[in-house]
Amino acid sequence: MTQNIVEIDNLSFGYKGRMLHQGINMVFPRGKVVAIMGGSGSGKTTLLRLIGGQIKPTKGEVRVDGQVVHTQTREGIYQLRRKMGMLFQHGALFTDLSVYENVAFPMREHTDFPESMIRDLVLMKLHAVGLRGAHQLKATELSGGMARRVALARAIALDPDIVIYDEPFAGLDPISMGVICDLIRTLNDALGTTSIIVSHDVKETFSIADYVYFVANGTVAAEGTPADLSKSTLPFVHQFVHGEKDGPVPFHYAAGDYKQDLLGYEA
Amino acid sequence: MIKRSRLRPLRTLGHAFIKRIWRLGAGARLFWLTLISSGESFRRLHLTIREVYFTGVMSLIIIVVSAFFVGMVLALQGYNTLQRYGSSEAIGVLVALALVRELGPVVTALLFAGRAGTAITAEIGLMKATEQLSAMEMMAVSPISRVIAPRFWAGVIAMPVLNVLFCMVGILGGYLVAVPLIGVDAGAFWSQMQANVDWRLDILNGVIKSVVFGIACTMIALFEGYDAPPTAEGVSRATTRTVVTSSLVVLGLDFVLTSFMISL
Ligand SMILES: Nc1ncnc2c1ncn2[C@@H]1O[C@H](COP(=O)(O)OP(=O)(O)OP(=O)(O)O)[C@@H](O)[C@H]1O
Ligand SMILES: [Mg+2]
Repeated sequence: MTQNIVEIDNLSFGYKGRMLHQGINMVFPRGKVVAIMGGSGSGKTTLLRLIGGQIKPTKGEVRVDGQVVHTQTREGIYQLRRKMGMLFQHGALFTDLSVYENVAFPMREHTDFPESMIRDLVLMKLHAVGLRGAHQLKATELSGGMARRVALARAIALDPDIVIYDEPFAGLDPISMGVICDLIRTLNDALGTTSIIVSHDVKETFSIADYVYFVANGTVAAEGTPADLSKSTLPFVHQFVHGEKDGPVPFHYAAGDYKQDLLGYEA
Repeated sequence: MIKRSRLRPLRTLGHAFIKRIWRLGAGARLFWLTLISSGESFRRLHLTIREVYFTGVMSLIIIVVSAFFVGMVLALQGYNTLQRYGSSEAIGVLVALALVRELGPVVTALLFAGRAGTAITAEIGLMKATEQLSAMEMMAVSPISRVIAPRFWAGVIAMPVLNVLFCMVGILGGYLVAVPLIGVDAGAFWSQMQANVDWRLDILNGVIKSVVFGIACTMIALFEGYDAPPTAEGVSRATTRTVVTSSLVVLGLDFVLTSFMISL
């Protein structure tokens, strides 16, 4: 058993020639909550897809439980994925199923649990995210925040070894935000899960993470415990943690000169 | 030297051609993957039955109503011609043969493509656009065996059933026009039909046609959805393509199949 359940080694990846990641190194120790932070479009979701083996790196590798992901056969990748639960950024609930059936889905697919047991488990998971009362609703009848909480319940349905959360706090009211924070931490500590959180929310993330990676310009720009990072004097970290507009992180997607663009068609 | 602009039409044509071939290959690949991932559709039969119910019920009303009108029109037109040769009792045979051999399978397939086919494409396309297929992949569940294959087999099962229904309702429509309305002898209508419609040559061949159309229409609908760009526009274009491609393929296949069946 390796000490780090997920290891990212010198990883590079790009869509259509535009390099997104250039030599990323990260480790995710067992039983810890590790956060990945970075600006919008910095490639966080893509990084999660690389961990899940949905896309292949251009260079370098991701290892899950000691096994290189991108060289696995289809069967091997499915074996690795059964250790993971993933909360998608937009929920990705099955719209033709009810809330109950969405959470029951992984159980029906991967276990032979009797119906009564599935029922108890589903209601427990829904209770944990505060939506037990909504179990008979259709997935299409939920608000954005509710959908993400159901998706969270589905992600943890089979108590995976690794839970990957893509923006777990986006679109939640402060109360649910607190509850979800506690839930992630509790799950992690009670079940020995490893949690990978992608988020922009500095305050919430710092309150539950054991370790934080900042990605910018395709590399890990800073890393450390939340305590270290809050004190960090690195201009990049300072800008992000304090939400300042001016600093080394560009707000804009790489573009040509603004004035030129506006005056473009006269020229 | 030839001007670049002269070459442009050629390039466009070549590009379109290569794209067609590429899509044909991708479609064939999905078909193959669907076949080898079909185990679950039968092991967990309720998944397939649920889809049979949806596709079947969805097309039921349109099939029944169309069949009724098609049957009535056949009887009117047929009677008009047959009575000139003094063989208006043969109207039952004419209606039945036209329906069982051609109109049943073909019209059912065209209606199926327009009703169930588009619904399948839109559903799969949206599941892709909203990352539901991705989510399934991440849960170590293959979307091909869990989503595509059950819908495929459902289509293959539903089509012949709808075809048989179409023929029955069509014959009923023909009967209502020929016998009570025009006054053809009911005994002659049915007995001539029984004597001249062959089980193997007519009915079985018609059913074989509709099974082939079922495979083609469902697979086209599934492929278009699965291959659609994950946007609202992409899905709507894919839906249109489903109808166009299915219709052309059904009519083309009908010619091929008929030519084999006639020469048998
Ligand atoms: N399928 C794709 N094809 C081409 N480019 C893509 C694709 N998906 C994402 N990108 C590009 O990759 C970059 C990173 O996308 P990604 O979704 O990983 O960002 P992110 O860090 O998760 O951002 P956010 O915080 O807004 O969710 C973006 O610039 C995006 O334009
Ligand atoms: Mg993202």
